[in-house]
Amino acid sequence: MIEVRGLSKRFGRTQVLTDINAVFQKGKVNQVIGKSGSGKSVLCKCIVGLFEPEEGEVLYDGRSFHNLELEQKRQVRQEIGMLFQSSALFDSLTVLENVLFPLRMFGTMDEAGMLDRAHLCLKRVNIEGKDRLFPSEISGGMQKRVGIARAIAMNPRYLFVDEPNSGLDPQTSILIDNLIDELTAEYDMTTIMITHDMNSVMEAGDNILFIHEGRAWWKGSREELLRSDNKELNDFIFASGLMRKVKDAMKR
Amino acid sequence: MDLLFHIGRYFQLIRETFTRPERFGLYWKRTLEEVDLLGVKSLGIVALLSVFMGAVITIQTKTNIDSPLIPLYVVGFTARQSTILEFSPTIISLILAGKVGSTIAAQIGSMRVREQIDALDIMGVNSAGYLILPKVIACVVINPFLVVISMFLSIFGGYLAGTLSGLVSGEVYLQGIQTDFTPYHVTYALIKTVVFAFIITTVSAYQGYYTQGGTREVGISSTRAVVYSDVVILIMNYLLTQLLLI
Repeated sequence: MIEVRGLSKRFGRTQVLTDINAVFQKGKVNQVIGKSGSGKSVLCKCIVGLFEPEEGEVLYDGRSFHNLELEQKRQVRQEIGMLFQSSALFDSLTVLENVLFPLRMFGTMDEAGMLDRAHLCLKRVNIEGKDRLFPSEISGGMQKRVGIARAIAMNPRYLFVDEPNSGLDPQTSILIDNLIDELTAEYDMTTIMITHDMNSVMEAGDNILFIHEGRAWWKGSREELLRSDNKELNDFIFASGLMRKVKDAMKR
Repeated sequence: MDLLFHIGRYFQLIRETFTRPERFGLYWKRTLEEVDLLGVKSLGIVALLSVFMGAVITIQTKTNIDSPLIPLYVVGFTARQSTILEFSPTIISLILAGKVGSTIAAQIGSMRVREQIDALDIMGVNSAGYLILPKVIACVVINPFLVVISMFLSIFGGYLAGTLSGLVSGEVYLQGIQTDFTPYHVTYALIKTVVFAFIITTVSAYQGYYTQGGTREVGISSTRAVVYSDVVILIMNYLLTQLLLI
């Protein structure tokens, strides 16, 4: 479980996040949704420690991350897997080497064991026979899946997924969402997904946090989301014609 | 204030770079790759520059000697002294700052804007150490070899230019390069080279590591890496000369 208490962050004079309180539950896909520029990616980077918040704390199963020593922070980070918006695969390494990277850096297995684990992770995300290709030689959807394979290689306790569907077609997006959903249950991880894609929310959202103007505006489940009368949330959710039709159908 | 901020952050980065590596084996492999990329692949440009640099020094020295009282072996002597004391360690380092420095800043800067450094940090890898330390070690080890090769080639270039143009005979040139040789001058040159190698890699890595934005900013970081490395090299060149030669 990850708990965020009173987290605030500003860049210069711009206040990006104000007093965010949230609990992200274990074994569930916790989604952070909001408009572009609402501060959801900054929240994610504050939680993983890439940004230092001005106020507040983040607790990883009771461990206050920002109060830890650098070495202890690194140890917590070894329990974290993250899929970046851009996949962030290492260009100079092949698909297999990318997945092997965390294992070689921190793993205790021998080389054969590491190779087995890397192949298992790649198989789990349905990537086979692409071991020797470089990231630039595979599609965006495949890059995301390799990114997921790398993120789960070390059996993480926490998984962060930043806009997993950006740049992907709807069909591949659903595959990625389902994969994240399945892996969360399989590895019993605390997953935090940052998204503004409503299909993702409908596919994989168990516990949703809506960020508006840097504040935790609304929290609830997928079902509650569709029935909420929160104006800002409704403006965001039902911005598209398709979602308005869904709402009308629900009313009928 | 801005300058103090950058100096402080630069030394913070250096401290992070020199913390204990997670896996020595991986760092060792990366260091060897960097020796090839930053050192061995610079050999061509170093050789070319050195030969022509030595040739020009020889021709210019000879054409500037007007007095019959100055013996001709001074041409060889001047070529050797200029090469060992200044041209090979400093000019070659300035050239390497252009070639190697821009490569380092562009490489690390691209990794930053494409979130690959964030990925390393989140995995718990000391990204500064993993990315920068192998480059520093590679350049600090390989650059003195490049400079020694440059010294030989520059003096050889002077010999070729002198003899082929008929400005000075081979025998006189060889006499000149052996006159009043002080081995300490080579030590001085190598000390400078090691310091300059450290400056090139760390200043360039600093520019790349803190790149913010996109590809345009990567280009800006690359340019800054070369300019700032050159400025720091020139200042350190003066200070080291003052310290080591006087």
